[in-house]
Amino acid sequence: MLTLQCPYCGVMAEETELSAGGEAHLKRFGPGSSDADFETYMFMRENPKGVHFERWRHANGCGKWFHAARCTVTLEVFGTYTAQTSVPPAELLETIRAARPGFKWREFE
Amino acid sequence: MSEAISVLAGANTEGFCRVSELGLHGMITVRGDLSNADLAKALCAVAGVDALPEVRKMVGGLEGGIAWMSPDELMVFVPYAQVVDKVDELNSTLAGSHFLAVNVSDARAVFGIDGAGAREVIAKVAPVDMSPEAFTTGDLRRTRIAQVAAAFWMAGDDSFRLICFRSVGDYAFKLLSVSAAKGGEVGYF
Repeated sequence: MLTLQCPYCGVMAEETELSAGGEAHLKRFGPGSSDADFETYMFMRENPKGVHFERWRHANGCGKWFHAARCTVTLEVFGTYTAQTSVPPAELLETIRAARPGFKWREFE
Repeated sequence: MSEAISVLAGANTEGFCRVSELGLHGMITVRGDLSNADLAKALCAVAGVDALPEVRKMVGGLEGGIAWMSPDELMVFVPYAQVVDKVDELNSTLAGSHFLAVNVSDARAVFGIDGAGAREVIAKVAPVDMSPEAFTTGDLRRTRIAQVAAAFWMAGDDSFRLICFRSVGDYAFKLLSVSAAKGGEVGYF
């Protein structure tokens, strides 16, 4: 079972306390953007075998959204971090590089 | 004015633990910047406690206390008869600052789980480590019990208080009753 630590209340929350929020760090293209940009924003998602960045919500808990980095193959969790950011923290990227040398996820590597 | 009654009007059941619906309690949901000293002072005055609770803690009790709900949310407990006045008091004391205080007393149900093995009653239905090392007096968790959202705290040895939405009060009571039924003791803790 997936267990993530909520960065807001510090609880080691297991899956049934959380709700998944899809891919992390999407950049919105709204009115006025090109069709290609909007399509990419709306439909195109990463589907990696390996390191993945996701949004989660501590739904049956403090109710806050946060980010998590984990491996889709082994379910290893590299870390969780605040939702108030558009890039993963540098230390976390360092941890992932050490655990999965050469990983690439969108512009992060 | 019609008479206010709680969801199960004080129903209780005796298993290896006593599960009881504790009647009407004044509850005020407060959202705001919890590091704001003025907010903290006003809330402490209303609840009659010395300080705001730490993360995942409860200070005071049902007749005057504050529960931590999230990084920007608290639940303030006051006597039911005073809750309207207490909300007014908060609104006038903190007028002009950015916060929200709402009386949610009639939208919540309060339960007590008392007796040896009370930890087990909760451990069976919530995804929370209820061991004596991990969960002690004053600790609070906002989580789920089986299928519904709830928050509970440890009020004393073998004594827990639990709040949930009134709309699921009947479910919560039956759930806790089954969990506390005689013959269901696990004896793990």
